[in-house]
Formats: sequence, C-alpha cells, structure tokens
Amino acid sequence: MGISFDESIPIYTQIMKSVLWDVATGALLPGDKLLSVRDFAKQAKTNPNTVQRAYAELERMGVVETQRGQGTFVSASPEIAREVRSEMTAAAVESFVEEMRRLLYSDSDIISLVSQQLVKTGTNSSNGAAQNGPSTTNNHDGGVQ
Amino acid sequence: MPAIELTDVHKRYYRSHALRGVNLSVDRGKIVGLLGPNGSGKSTLLRICAGLASPTSGKVQVHGQDISIATKAITAYIPDIDSFYSWMTVRQAIAFESSMFDDFVLADAMDLVRELKLDPDNKISSLSKGQRGRLKLVLAMSRRAELVLMDEPLSGIDPPSRTVILETIADRYRAGEQTIIMSTHEVLESEKLFEDVIFLSEGRIVLTGEADRLRAERGKSLNEIFAEVC
Repeated sequence: MGISFDESIPIYTQIMKSVLWDVATGALLPGDKLLSVRDFAKQAKTNPNTVQRAYAELERMGVVETQRGQGTFVSASPEIAREVRSEMTAAAVESFVEEMRRLLYSDSDIISLVSQQLVKTGTNSSNGAAQNGPSTTNNHDGGVQ
Repeated sequence: MPAIELTDVHKRYYRSHALRGVNLSVDRGKIVGLLGPNGSGKSTLLRICAGLASPTSGKVQVHGQDISIATKAITAYIPDIDSFYSWMTVRQAIAFESSMFDDFVLADAMDLVRELKLDPDNKISSLSKGQRGRLKLVLAMSRRAELVLMDEPLSGIDPPSRTVILETIADRYRAGEQTIIMSTHEVLESEKLFEDVIFLSEGRIVLTGEADRLRAERGKSLNEIFAEVC
C-alpha cells in the first residue's frame, strides 16, 4: 500500500479519509483488519501517534472497533459501507454545489456542466454500486487525491 | 513533566551568539522536529540537551533534572559528524556501544543491522556516508533510551538510505515512552514523522506547535511554513 499525502493538510485527517474511502468502496469489508498502527506508520513513513489518533477518531465515529491485543477492525455492521459512502457522497456534493454557487452559476448551469463533464469523461460502468457496494476493484491509491 | 525544558538559554562562542534566549518545553512521548536552516543553532541546542556543551547562561532540564550522569544515561545522541573509530568493523562498533550503555539491546542491534542491510564484518572505513548514517541509527535505536536526539540524520545521505532511515524511525519508535527530537533542514522528506515542531532561526525560536494543527491553521505544509518563518 503506497499512501501519498498532501503535506499541507493535517496528516491524521488524510489517514482517516483513506480508511473511510476503502470502507465506502468495499476495499475494506466489515470485520476486515486494518494495518497495525506500527505497520501503517512504517509504510507511510509517518508518526505512529498520528496513525493512532486517526484510528481513535474512526473508532469514535463507529467505523472501526479496536479489540484489545488483536488490532483494529472495520465495524462488523453490514450497513457500515453504505453509511460511510452516503456521508462522503453528501459532503462531496455539498462542497461542489457550494463552490459552483460561489462562482455564481445557476442551478440549471450546474446541472448542464455536470452532464457535459460526464459525457466528456465517458460512462462509468460501476454504477450498480448503490445497492451492494461497487463491483469494480478499488483503484484508489489510499491518498486523498 | 516535560522531556526537556529550556529557560532563557544563551550560548556564545568567541564571536558568535549561537542561542539567543531560548525558552522551550518538549512533551514526552513524541517525535519532535527541530527545524531550521544551517547555522540556526540546532546542533548547539541538541548538544546542550545531550550534556555535551553547557549553556553560557540559562537553565536546562531533562525529565525535570539538571543535566547530569543520570540524564545522560537516558539520552541517546546521534551527532551529525562521524564519531566512529574507522578501524573497527560494524560488529565491533556495536559491541563497543553495547559496553558503554546499560540499556543497549544487542539482539535489537543485530536485527537492525540485517534490516538496514549492513554487513557486520565491514570496516567502518569502507562504509559509504549512507551506510554510516544507517549505522548511527542502529546504535541509537538499539538503546532503550527515553530521549533520543538526532542531529541531521538525513543530511548528505543518499535518497534510498534516507527512506530506510525514516522508515526505521517510524517502525522502531516506542510510542508513548520515548521522545525523539530530530533536527533537520530538509523538511520536505521528514515532515510526516513529526507530531510537534520547533522552528529555529538565528538562535531564536520563531514558531512551535503541533504539526497537524499548524497545517490546518495555515493550509500549508511544514516545508512551506519553514520557508516563511526561517
């Protein structure tokens, strides 16, 4: 796993996001074990305390569970992927719309610009994801961007 | 009780004024970056904390005690210069270090030598700069030292060795019980490793704080902040 960071954004939030992303897309399934704090820190050449902080925040959100002496696991709830995915989707759409409105686009302009962009980039074949998580493999590299 | 506490510390050499009133408190159990350009006083500050130099004025405490044999016993210091005997082999250098410090764990050292791809039978004199940098790390990380001071461990080291050094620090760092203070002027590569940072410029502290908080507040990397404040 190569995680690439944007050093101008807090590292712990990027670690959280990379896990959330994997959970949302099904790259990590309920009950799957996360890398240990030490292995994550070594691979990402980052501070174990920072990884620990990210895992603790994820636990507070209910996305992961820590079992004493065993490690950190994705929450066993079968709903977890859907919940995380819908929250990330809401946040992405919200910030997109907000930015477009700040640029003074009308609602109909926003819709037509999105349609044009979708045509330009081709059709995404993994649109059955809404029910059961995506069928395609996760090609996200673990970083935020 | 902080790992290190400095109160109005000055250090003057004959004509230069290396530290100009440093006040600093470093939390225990963190990896802290001491960031500043060449000549900003980083080495002097670390040498004073290690007990290898005394301040001209001001107060220095490690774990709440004045610098003494007791504080030196819990401190591992990696100098930026080579302090090896060049006629020794890697194995002999490790045995020598092991005989000097009660908290040295020989098995850890031999593990690390293997991990960092050093040949125990090589002479120090035949090692490259990158290999010597890795050996310094082996010696420091094989001690159960509560305080580790590393002076420019990446400086002048080849890129693959730098990667290995950063990985090894992240891997071997004993979270919670160990404090590591690492000085560097190469912030880009190492900044993910730091929980807290201290920016030093011309013998004065110009900024300190939690790394992720500074990123959030300024929307900038430590490297960019470094360029601004130092």
